[in-house]
Amino acid sequence: MTETIVAIGTRKGLWIARSADRQDWTLEGPHFLMSEVASVAVDTRQGRSTVLAGVKSWHWGPTVQASTDGGRTWTESAERALAFPADTDTALERVWQLTPDPNDADVVWAGVEPHALFKSTDRGEHYELVRGLWDHPHRPTWEPGFGGGAVHTIVPEPGHPESVLVAMSAGGVYRSGDGGQTWAPSNPGIRAGFMPDNEYPEYGQCVHKVARGQGEGELFAQNHNGVYRSHDNGATWDSIAEGLPTDFGFTVLAHPRRPGVVWVVPVADSGERIPPDAQLQVQRSDDAGATWRQQASGLPDHSYTCVLRDAASLDAADPVGIYIGTRNGDVFASADEGETFQRIATQLPDVLVVRAAQLA
Amino acid sequence: MPSAPVRVILPGMLRDLVGGVAEIEVESPSESQTVAELLDRAFSGHRILDGKVRDERGQIRRHVKVFVNGEDATRGEGIGAPVPAGARVHIINAVSGG
Repeated sequence: MTETIVAIGTRKGLWIARSADRQDWTLEGPHFLMSEVASVAVDTRQGRSTVLAGVKSWHWGPTVQASTDGGRTWTESAERALAFPADTDTALERVWQLTPDPNDADVVWAGVEPHALFKSTDRGEHYELVRGLWDHPHRPTWEPGFGGGAVHTIVPEPGHPESVLVAMSAGGVYRSGDGGQTWAPSNPGIRAGFMPDNEYPEYGQCVHKVARGQGEGELFAQNHNGVYRSHDNGATWDSIAEGLPTDFGFTVLAHPRRPGVVWVVPVADSGERIPPDAQLQVQRSDDAGATWRQQASGLPDHSYTCVLRDAASLDAADPVGIYIGTRNGDVFASADEGETFQRIATQLPDVLVVRAAQLA
Repeated sequence: MPSAPVRVILPGMLRDLVGGVAEIEVESPSESQTVAELLDRAFSGHRILDGKVRDERGQIRRHVKVFVNGEDATRGEGIGAPVPAGARVHIINAVSGG
């Protein structure tokens, strides 16, 4: 029987919601109580039920925890699974992103703070620094965003193992065409409105999240003021913000099967981080951002919370499930591609990451 | 004549990671050792503790304190502070957080 799980990483631990029908949910947890869980990956490749979590204890530092039974029991390597090499004289602050690679079932990518990318070739047991990005001459000039300076987004390209995209706040989008050995910024068209002179610099944009769509070379990006689409795998970007109530937000989701279907969770403004008109909502486009419509049935009004960059996820079922977690500890689920939502968790700590998947 | 061993006392939050071990006894070299050298020896049989107490540069984590005979070593010489034979060394989690 297929089980849908929703891993919910928060400021003070990890919870797992489970459902057989995406209507009735049970909530397990907390795991890692009082530790921050900023990144989660559910690895279902080759029939696995592996969950990886980037966990940070404020006392005992960051680590990666792993579960092979769908998040019920957890193990941690006695040796540091993910650490900076000695010659970098750098210490890991936080694991911001864990991304199973669609081209190689043994590869897991990790984006971390400070700005760096790591790669595991043993399913997430050990990670090695990707030197090509670490040694990039731009790195000393990448600025930390409000939450810290990190590689927070990793987008491999299915069918093209040599192609990987990363995004960071604030450094912008960088792409590699050789599996991570060399990298180049790729931000043409992405505006950095906070810059005093040149609003279209080569790099330095505050890209909040990038999602891969199903169209040829299709990517979507939610920026710090700006929503964008690329048709050429991130070489260039076009604004698709027209028709949205606001161009600010943190997250973006793309349909796993249908080209051009994309969701964002709008935030009123950079200086007003609440839902537009205090109505928690998602905005959906079925035409790659040409037009948008609000989906808010079941989501609260008089809402003064916020959905962070990784606190949203899709599952792979048909119809697609949508899951969003809020900074005031609610998680909402839709089993009908956003038409209706129900609250599946409440009164949790700030939700930092949500990841949904179907387990066999 | 062998020197008196150093006793490293773990906080409750770390004991669960090493099967409930509350204290690690470390043989002292004939000469004094530093906090870093002491921790190397103490954690050689409990590797998971090393990543909890120190970062990968060997620095004591920001919200961890190491007291040597009641003195906060992290305020002074840090990992280079001397640990005399027979010392009692407490590793504690700082009173911080929210």
